[in-house]
Amino acid sequence: MKLFAYTRATEQDVAVNTVSRNQSAKFIGGGTNLLDLMKENVEQPNQLIDINSLPLSKIEVTRNGVRIGAMARNSDVAYNAIIQERYPLLSQALLAGASPQLRNMATVGGNLMQRTRCYYFYDTAMPCNKREPGSGCAAIEGFNRIHAIFGASDQCIATHPSDMCVALAALDAVVQVQGPKGDRQIPITDFHRLPGDTPQIDTVLQHGELITAVDLPNLPFAKRSHYLKVRDRASYAFALVSVATALDIENGIIRAARVAMGGVAHKPWRAVAAEEILVGAKVNQETFRAAAEATVKEAKPQKHNKFKVEMAKRAIMRSLTEVGEMA
Amino acid sequence: MKLRIKRRRFGQLMIASTLVTAIANFPQRTFAQKKLLSPTPPSSMEASSVPVKLRVNGAEHALEIDPRVTLLDALRERIGLTGTKKGCDHGQCGACTVLVDGRRINSCLTLAVMQEGAAITTIEGLAQGDKLHPMQAAFIKHDGFQCGYCTPGQICSAVGLLNEGHAKTDDEVRELMSGNICRCGAYPNIVNAIQEARSQQT
Repeated sequence: MKLFAYTRATEQDVAVNTVSRNQSAKFIGGGTNLLDLMKENVEQPNQLIDINSLPLSKIEVTRNGVRIGAMARNSDVAYNAIIQERYPLLSQALLAGASPQLRNMATVGGNLMQRTRCYYFYDTAMPCNKREPGSGCAAIEGFNRIHAIFGASDQCIATHPSDMCVALAALDAVVQVQGPKGDRQIPITDFHRLPGDTPQIDTVLQHGELITAVDLPNLPFAKRSHYLKVRDRASYAFALVSVATALDIENGIIRAARVAMGGVAHKPWRAVAAEEILVGAKVNQETFRAAAEATVKEAKPQKHNKFKVEMAKRAIMRSLTEVGEMA
Repeated sequence: MKLRIKRRRFGQLMIASTLVTAIANFPQRTFAQKKLLSPTPPSSMEASSVPVKLRVNGAEHALEIDPRVTLLDALRERIGLTGTKKGCDHGQCGACTVLVDGRRINSCLTLAVMQEGAAITTIEGLAQGDKLHPMQAAFIKHDGFQCGYCTPGQICSAVGLLNEGHAKTDDEVRELMSGNICRCGAYPNIVNAIQEARSQQT
């Protein structure tokens, strides 16, 4: 691990200014991803600003929905009574991720900033355009079973590892950010990027900008939702494919629909094609099948992950069936 | 080298001063623009020590450590509490599990400097003198281990699990203990031990 200067921040503005003045500085929250990457020399900040003392961990009801402080721990959000009641999807997604120990440490802001778990990204002996721009992509010609089937480029086929972000994408969350130039709001589906020619850039966040909260807009039908995660073992593994669904149903007709996927792209993948088919359609297997097929139509699998296309299709159908059968 | 840094600093100052002018209608921000956190980043790779006070099992330990030292390494190598084990050192095995303010965490994925002011409990701090913690007693009674290497982490994790209060059934216990790997495969006995300790709790 490279040497760094460490400071605990007590004022938000000062933390933001300090990081924005130093291109090699980073905020540290739970540290579960950043420290891991620092141990591997994948991340090499020369200054860490600890934001654990900032008062950003509240979960509160607002006029338009619920605001989750960026420093709220994953476990505190997952077991929060308001979240469980209004946004069970988010609770399910959080509890599907990591382990209890990690959820006690990891923050909401850190979860948004999680980096890919592509093994070539972690292995500094291998080329990786995300870690070292221009060095090449070892995954494209390598073992790419866990990689993307949507939105990849010839530079990078990594996936975003988060479960939480998939639920946030389905719930139309908005990320609140404080930067040296002021505050701004970023819709969750614009927050993460596709790799394109600059896979080293994961998000639209500018250096020095600090995530302060995540807003969940009111969404009454979010109670009728489901998170399905398919992985290599029963617990404590990243998703091969995951699906977040929510349906607003009246008299057997779908009035509004949300479908988002994880483990399939460089960002949480909102399945807009599926939603378009679902809205106005009857709640039945044909509808769900059509939605699933429309989603995977644009899939471009790699050599070792063709199974993900069929898996994604079935996962969408199963999750929609679960939601369709809810009272 | 020095000149380059100076030039960059000068550039940053110019940008900063432009910013200050641009947001002059926000007085509180303008003030904050000038305040930065120290210490500044290290200029060489020479290790530097920082003072850290850690409260472990009720005892205060004043240390001088490199900021890179994890809580796990501080416990084992500096304080001499070797009950907490290093397995993967990447948060994947749970051998390093300790309780911080009553919550279980992976001590390998947090820096010691980040835990100043927290109440840290390790496996050494669970028993009351010669009287074992009920979870320790249950692990012995149910033979919840074979080689024992993962056991301190398993026990601390199980104590955290009881504090959280979300597990009732065996399946729930298994799911919420999934952060602790046992290569010997003592899982059935671990679940039995936790269930017994849990039933004694209420």
